[in-house]
Amino acid sequence: MSLVERLLPNALGAAVVAAAVLVGAACGGGDAPTEVVLVTHDSFAVSKGVRQAFEKESGLSLRILQAGDANEALNRALLTAGDPQGDVIFGIDDSVLSRALEGDLLEEYVSPELAALEPDFEEPDPHVTPVDHGEVCLNVDRAWFAEHGIAPPTSLADLRLPRYRNLLVVENPATSSPGLAFLLATVATFGDPGWQAYWRDLRANGVLAVDGWEEAYTQQFSGAAGSPGKRPIVVSYATSPAAEVIFASKPLQTSPTAAVEDGCYRQVEYAGILRGARNEDGGKQLIDFMLSERFQSDVPGSMFVYPVRDAVELPEAFVEHAVAPADPLQLPAERIDRNRDRWVDRWTELVVR
Amino acid sequence: MDRARRALRARHAATAALPVAFLAVFFLWPLVAILERSLVVEGSVDLPFDVLTSDLTREVAWFTLWQATVSTALTLLVGLPLAWALSRFRFRGRSAVEALVLVPFVLPTVVVATAFIALLPDGVERSVWAILLAHVFFNVAVVVRIVGAFWAGLDERLWEAAATLGSPPVDRQLRLTLPLLGPALASAASIVFLFCFTSFGVIVVLGGPRYATLESEIYNQAARLFDLRTAAALALLQLAAVAATVLVSGRLERRLGGGRARGRPAPRPVGRERLVVGAIVAGSLALLALPPLALVLRSLSVGDGYGIDHFTSLADETPALFVAPWHAIANSLLFATGATAIALAVGIPAAVAVARGRGGLDALLMLPLGASAAMLGFGFLLAFDDPPLDLRSSPAIVPVAQALVALPFVVRSLVPALRAVDARLREAAAVLGATPGQVRRHVELPLLARPLAVAAGLAFAVSLGEFGATVFVARADWPTVPVAIFRFLGRPGAENVGTAMALCVVLMAIVAAVALLSERSLLLGGRR
Repeated sequence: MSLVERLLPNALGAAVVAAAVLVGAACGGGDAPTEVVLVTHDSFAVSKGVRQAFEKESGLSLRILQAGDANEALNRALLTAGDPQGDVIFGIDDSVLSRALEGDLLEEYVSPELAALEPDFEEPDPHVTPVDHGEVCLNVDRAWFAEHGIAPPTSLADLRLPRYRNLLVVENPATSSPGLAFLLATVATFGDPGWQAYWRDLRANGVLAVDGWEEAYTQQFSGAAGSPGKRPIVVSYATSPAAEVIFASKPLQTSPTAAVEDGCYRQVEYAGILRGARNEDGGKQLIDFMLSERFQSDVPGSMFVYPVRDAVELPEAFVEHAVAPADPLQLPAERIDRNRDRWVDRWTELVVR
Repeated sequence: MDRARRALRARHAATAALPVAFLAVFFLWPLVAILERSLVVEGSVDLPFDVLTSDLTREVAWFTLWQATVSTALTLLVGLPLAWALSRFRFRGRSAVEALVLVPFVLPTVVVATAFIALLPDGVERSVWAILLAHVFFNVAVVVRIVGAFWAGLDERLWEAAATLGSPPVDRQLRLTLPLLGPALASAASIVFLFCFTSFGVIVVLGGPRYATLESEIYNQAARLFDLRTAAALALLQLAAVAATVLVSGRLERRLGGGRARGRPAPRPVGRERLVVGAIVAGSLALLALPPLALVLRSLSVGDGYGIDHFTSLADETPALFVAPWHAIANSLLFATGATAIALAVGIPAAVAVARGRGGLDALLMLPLGASAAMLGFGFLLAFDDPPLDLRSSPAIVPVAQALVALPFVVRSLVPALRAVDARLREAAAVLGATPGQVRRHVELPLLARPLAVAAGLAFAVSLGEFGATVFVARADWPTVPVAIFRFLGRPGAENVGTAMALCVVLMAIVAAVALLSERSLLLGGRR
């Protein structure tokens, strides 16, 4: 074994160098804030030009930390509450807003840009600022229904019909944000406890529940491009059909999928300043920027959700292929707050166990 | 105690110091930080016994143990014949096959699970069989590499002697081969078992909410439900199970002893051997090549036809990533190189210490395989928040996390070989007048070169494909290939899926190239 013992000093040396590099990298940042750090979920996206515009105007470099889906990003922020990884968090939706507020995660900040928003969004809780909204809707695979000569469902109630047996895939509301939104949609439609009978029927009709949107949409839903899935109805977003057109590998005239307008549930996504932020002032500038015309008009193309600012022009594919549900469902935050855990537990018993 | 022995002891302690320090800082500290946060309430420890005795825990623990045991058995069943064919014989294309076998091992689990859904018939795709099959697919490489490297070093004159003495072929395999391979088998089986025991991506995609392992349930509880107390209880249970496995396998490995190094190169198969070797290699390749082929086809399918558009678009900016996708390839190579360097720097002295009988260090080294990536990731967030180790948001944390996962492979590949180096060979060379330098060059290096190359290759491959820990620490502007694939799969649209598939193919190609290169460099070194 003397060969290895011979190698040892080299190995030790290498380790010391590696450690030095690590420490050096770690100590790189100076004291005066030159950057602002955004903590967010994996779906966050912004065009390069828009990001550069912010960096140029503010003189700050924008660093983005992504941490799983909306739920996971919030949980990581809650874990480090008071000693945050960044200055601003984006992607808290209203179904989990109460957890962020109770977790004492955020500083109050009321942006002067709020006045420019659509009336629905003008007066949020002072700890958060609305940035976009998206509607969770049923999506259907048009080709599948055409091939089988069956009319696609037009309402939540339709899903109980025998002709839609074994066709629906949904997300687990315990682990998925659109999954929770869909559960809330059924509560809003059928009432409490009426929603429970509805889900019992869905179970008898062969609903498949998976843990997250990725599993549901890209692996079980037959209508998504490249998906090996076999189920033609999925819980996704009102904008997913437009995304299928914009990200098609060959130009498409019509989307292979369609959103069902009935039973859509509105999710609003908020941003907030993290308590203990190293660069609170930079964080405020970032939030103001997220409400600016420039950022807001980038929101549909980058993240496939709708802007909250008044009179922002939408991309063409959006106008043509995405439905903007006229009257989306919504439940009051405090009602969600009081019942969420009970509803989700009951759902688990009804559908998974 | 005489002075020479004391000096030896001091040197042995120094050998173990670096690995122990590395694990203490980058593994134990964050782990303790998250456990403290989860289980200490107002200064007193809130022991989660109720969680440990709940129905949910019992169900999950039983399924975890069951599927890991069956998966390991199946993997050995598929892997051993292939290890035999690849290590005992020389034939055209052998190194290409060895390289191909390594490919599945580094594919992101999410991607392979997608390929399985596409390949398996209705009904099977979401059954427990899909999970077992995927585990075999991933882990055959571990058996082939670790057992094969050891098998190649066994002296074939033993079989010749047994045959001369009239032992029938089956008897020879059972009574001679299995005991000789003992330590390598124990090594490989324990790694495969641990991998399946802590399986995550395969379970999440193919198991849905119906099947859960401890690892996937810990992730669920910690990252998604934020029930840290339950997560911590399950994490402790998983750690205990992993520690027990490691201790048992370590004991087995030592008790089983080891074979002797051989002198002659591997022969070409002759007569009936040709048929058997050919059938084994062809059969294994069919099993292993199907999912990667499905991925290649999907990466090339554009609209209704075929083309290379998804590969050319790797250079284009996209909203799914903050950099053009090819950056992810560069990042992956950079991080994996760093991780391999760290894993070797820490792993070589660790293997030496373990080979000398430090079983405690052995168990400690294997524990990162058993620690939930989600809990360790949370621990990183809590522990590394201040200078000089303000690493939680730095790209430098990525190779460290990957090295933690790669370390057990380095140690597992080296320990059986280190134990098998026959002291008498060194002594004989010295008696014949070789200088210590000549002993190293002509006796030890040839014997250890192959296990060292295997260790480095495995460490690199593991780091390239690592997802669970990397996704927790990677920064948006420094994505690795698996992280980028995951981001692309998370968005609707054919173009995003196609880019993900193209990245998979690139990842497979890099791994195959690295495996081929490490084989080739051994050839140039004059061995075989």
